[in-house]
Amino acid sequence: MTEVILKKQRPKHLALNQIRLPLPGIVSILHRVSGAGLFLMLPVLLSLFGNSVGSPESYAAYKAVIGNIFVKLLLLGLLWAYLHHFCAGIRFLLLDMHVGIEKEAARSSSRIVLIVSLILTVTIGAKLW
Amino acid sequence: MVKPVIVGAHYGFRDWLAQRVTAVVMALYTVIFAISALMLPDASYENWRGLFSAGFMKFATFLFFMSLFYHAWIGVRDIFMDYIKPTGVRLVLHSVVVLLLVGYAGWVGQILWRL
Repeated sequence: MTEVILKKQRPKHLALNQIRLPLPGIVSILHRVSGAGLFLMLPVLLSLFGNSVGSPESYAAYKAVIGNIFVKLLLLGLLWAYLHHFCAGIRFLLLDMHVGIEKEAARSSSRIVLIVSLILTVTIGAKLW
Repeated sequence: MVKPVIVGAHYGFRDWLAQRVTAVVMALYTVIFAISALMLPDASYENWRGLFSAGFMKFATFLFFMSLFYHAWIGVRDIFMDYIKPTGVRLVLHSVVVLLLVGYAGWVGQILWRL
């Protein structure tokens, strides 16, 4: 009986323009998106890696491929995906060990993950560009 | 008292743990790789190739990729379990992913043992 009453009184808030995913939720979905992107690009990455270490000729071919501006941008995106997945993954491992599971701590650690992975992407990306 | 009935294929905890163990392996490798790459005198072909042909790094790189493929299997399978409901489609997708990852593992072995 209480269940029925509770169900009836539950407020509805479906103003989609006002509902905002909290930062830990953004980190979580980006962890999934970056993982999926890295998985899909595995053949590209493996082929680049194979060529880069294969022989002087394949190394030259690899250099020519990554000289392309679009390839560079793709690799920059994948670099971010890797670094975000890395940073968010460390955060999830800490959460597994019950480190920083309070709401405020979880929010600030998700902010740190977003910022640190972006800073690392820009730093490493600039060095490799 | 209700006797708890355990159902399922019992792979939940094993995969949960494997995902984390492989993550730790990859994280450690990432740090080792980053330090070794930073210590290279320059980004010539010889230095870059030499980074992976040395005994320890060859083994560590192989371990990294094997962890990556197992980790990717669990992650991609979880994504399909969340979004793909028809059993037939899911079965096909799971099979494709497993076959791809097994193929990638062979590919990486070939790349590394040619060095």
